Amino acid sequence: MAWQPCIGLEVHVELATESKMFCGCRNEFAAPPNSLCCPVCLGLPGSLPVPNRKAVEYVIRTGLALNCQVAETCRFARKNYFYPDLAKNFQISQYDEPLTYGGYIEFVADGEPVRIRIRRAHLEEDTGKNIHLPDGRSLVDYNRCGVPLMEIVTEPDFTTAEQCRVYLLELRSLLRYLEVSEANMEEGQLRAEPTVNLINSQTGQRTPKVEIKNLASIKAVHDAVQYEINRQLHAVEHGEEMFQETRRWNQQRGITTVMRRKETADDYMYFPEPDLPPLSPDPQWVAQIRASLPELPQQRRARFISQYGLPQYDAEVLTASKSTADYFEAVAAACADAKAASNWVMGDVQAYLNEHNLDITSFPLEPQRLAGLINLINEGVISSKIAKQVFPEMIATSRTAEQVVEEKGLKQIDDAGQLEAVIQEAIAANPKAVEDFKNGKQKALGALVGFVMRQTKGQANPQLVNQMLRQKLGA
Amino acid sequence: MQLHELTAYELSKKLAAGEISAREVVAGYYERIQAVEDRVQAFVCQTRELAEKKAAEIDEKRAAGEPLGPLAGVPIAVKDLLCTKGLPTTCCSKILEDFRPPYDATVIERCHQAHMPIVGKTNMDEFAMGSSTENSAFQVTRNPWDLETVPGGSSGGSAAAVAACEAPLALGSDTGGSIRQPAALCGIVGMKPTYGRVSRYGLIAYASSLDQIGPFARTVTDCALLLQVIAGHDPRDATSADLPVPDYVATLDAGIEGLKIGVIRELVYGQGIHPGVKARVLEAIDTLQNLGAECEEVSLPNIDYSMPVYYIIAPAECSSNLARFDGVRYGHRTNRSVSDIYDLFAKTRGEGFGEEVRLRIMLGTYALSTGYYDAYYLKALKVRTLIKKDFDTAWEKYDLLVCPTSPTTAWKFGEFDQLALKLADICTIPVNIAGVAGLSVPCGFDDGKPVGLQLIGKPFSEDLLLRAAYAYEQATDWHKQRPAL
Repeated sequence: MAWQPCIGLEVHVELATESKMFCGCRNEFAAPPNSLCCPVCLGLPGSLPVPNRKAVEYVIRTGLALNCQVAETCRFARKNYFYPDLAKNFQISQYDEPLTYGGYIEFVADGEPVRIRIRRAHLEEDTGKNIHLPDGRSLVDYNRCGVPLMEIVTEPDFTTAEQCRVYLLELRSLLRYLEVSEANMEEGQLRAEPTVNLINSQTGQRTPKVEIKNLASIKAVHDAVQYEINRQLHAVEHGEEMFQETRRWNQQRGITTVMRRKETADDYMYFPEPDLPPLSPDPQWVAQIRASLPELPQQRRARFISQYGLPQYDAEVLTASKSTADYFEAVAAACADAKAASNWVMGDVQAYLNEHNLDITSFPLEPQRLAGLINLINEGVISSKIAKQVFPEMIATSRTAEQVVEEKGLKQIDDAGQLEAVIQEAIAANPKAVEDFKNGKQKALGALVGFVMRQTKGQANPQLVNQMLRQKLGA
Repeated sequence: MQLHELTAYELSKKLAAGEISAREVVAGYYERIQAVEDRVQAFVCQTRELAEKKAAEIDEKRAAGEPLGPLAGVPIAVKDLLCTKGLPTTCCSKILEDFRPPYDATVIERCHQAHMPIVGKTNMDEFAMGSSTENSAFQVTRNPWDLETVPGGSSGGSAAAVAACEAPLALGSDTGGSIRQPAALCGIVGMKPTYGRVSRYGLIAYASSLDQIGPFARTVTDCALLLQVIAGHDPRDATSADLPVPDYVATLDAGIEGLKIGVIRELVYGQGIHPGVKARVLEAIDTLQNLGAECEEVSLPNIDYSMPVYYIIAPAECSSNLARFDGVRYGHRTNRSVSDIYDLFAKTRGEGFGEEVRLRIMLGTYALSTGYYDAYYLKALKVRTLIKKDFDTAWEKYDLLVCPTSPTTAWKFGEFDQLALKLADICTIPVNIAGVAGLSVPCGFDDGKPVGLQLIGKPFSEDLLLRAAYAYEQATDWHKQRPAL
């Protein structure tokens, strides 16, 4: 194919600092409208911005994790445009001197290793929110105005929608590991705007760039990029006229529609913010931040495979969220059976969390107690099947596995003497199965074992039952 | 001698000694304001009730033996672009006619902490853009020395109030000469401290990288006392300097024996300096030499570019700083019907801003636009660096620089055209461009109108600047002369 997609992603991340970017107002989601405002974030005349050190640290942290350079000196710049959600009618951002720049991220997508260059990760302030009423009036909530926002811009290195999807998953996981943002797209803490065009690999010819907005989930980004690639391919193949434009993703219809055409580039009249001196992060501070970087998802994934012998799939699922990975490691450490720990975390634990719409950090069953349950299985005290009954009981009662097993009398029956009577009963009650087995049908034994297990409410040791039946039937 | 003729220093001594109460001082000043204000028109707002209440509190505190600062009970007038909580703060613009900020500027907080009653807010050129105070949307302030002439600007109200003894002290702001030039034209002392010496928090910005708040006074000692109150680091202003503040009064009388003073050739002998002004300044230089300073001519080769640099940088910053006045959250909003939000912005701003402000916003918007940024704004920043370097080179050899504060004395209303009005700042603008400190001290009269001598000091050398001005002042008696109102 001569025409190759050429996609760049611009991602805005709301940083999880306690206070706003340039004032002391609390940075919170869903507070009553205009309750988190002061003269600075309202841009009242005479007020001045003072940068939030924590926000600077978060961007440096992210920049380092994305293999970026940290600028020796950078500047804030004013982006000037009139809009009511912008209290000063300019946004304090960064322009030609970003805080971090020139990095990359690597991951696997469509089964291929991919390396995406990161152009820059810089710091700016968020805008307020306009609320349009049905009667035509508009209201503005300035709570979000001045919230620290990190902008991460890639080079146009993506060639498929799947790469965009995996990148966003990786980035989201990275941001959570770094603890710089909750990074929920649904709450607007992570916003992605792809720019899509096509390049002709033979002639070098390029189609006009199209920016896509209104993407509320990672899936929407994937679908919109895929739609846009197809739309543009169709357009070049049919010689349709194409425009540099901003298009809106329509989730219901699964298509993009024109928002506005760009005849000329927007002129934001950027200039250095005169109220803020240049920012020169102390190299020692940067070194400290670098040294304090946590283990990142990719490193942790590799370690889960090498240290715990987990399959690639398990490692990927468990490390996608830092708290899940932390939970898994705590269970694995206390039960010395990593694969079993992995199965429980990915299986029953995840199912419970999904069902109750909980995050693992608020899961009532502590890793120690779950490990206790796994240990009981491995020690042969209970069967896996019994364990499934014990598990919800442990969640509900905050007791240990031993306590639940003890109280409910769920201990496995390992004593042949105790099983003798029920084995006899099984043979007496299932003459057909006995005959079949004696005639060489190995499978028929299953019916007899099943009978014993039912009679003992699953507590009989299945291996022992098997052995005893074979003995009785002279096999 | 009448109460209002006392200096702030003299008042403070009498107050401290219990010879006079803060209430009497405030009452005395309002008596003076009533007597002359209809001719001078320095104030756009008088805050008598608050000042009287404050004075009563101060007297109580003093009676109770509470420790009070040296200026406790000494009244002050405040330029109407410094935010005063709950009081009108208009920048003398229609767009902020009804604006009352919910907070005090840092300098106002410091005046409160120093227990200084505020007598009123003073007239100014709209948003500090002008050099005659004629650009005020509200009224015309007259020069107390000659009521047919301008007081200078943009802090013309503050300068006229102090010159007319309507207040012993005043605060102004100086972006291109807006304290020093009206101080010179009104025959008083005015200082623009080093950029970063005084917090700008609560100063409604004109051009952020040039604006600086400073004191007006009738004597150098008073000027030092007020600077002491307002100077110092403020965590709310990222451009304020985190440096210790020296005791400005303690070193005032140390003399200037052996100081090396550079006489700026371009601004003393250059074009546009009125002969009468030049003559007074040369006499002042002789006096400085007689006091033991070594004066010699020095050239700052790029200083002539200060004016064009200023008229790119200041409008560029103002076009952005003033964007927030859009009628959405506060201030004037158009009553006319509007088609959309942009129409609301346009009509509101068109009605709310005066002609000079609109002109500078347009100029600045143009200079920052894509395609012009490199040719204008970026070039201006580069030349600004060259001008700064000229000053840096001068500091290698000289402790201070001198030149006139204003190329002319006060002119008649309407006498100057727009270009001449802008040229009124040629001697003061370079100091803002370089971010250094400048002070104007009275150095005589030309045709009955005051002339100011400008002393310029390296960054954060306000103490030396005040010391030299004090030595000169003590050797002359210009500061003792008062306008016959």
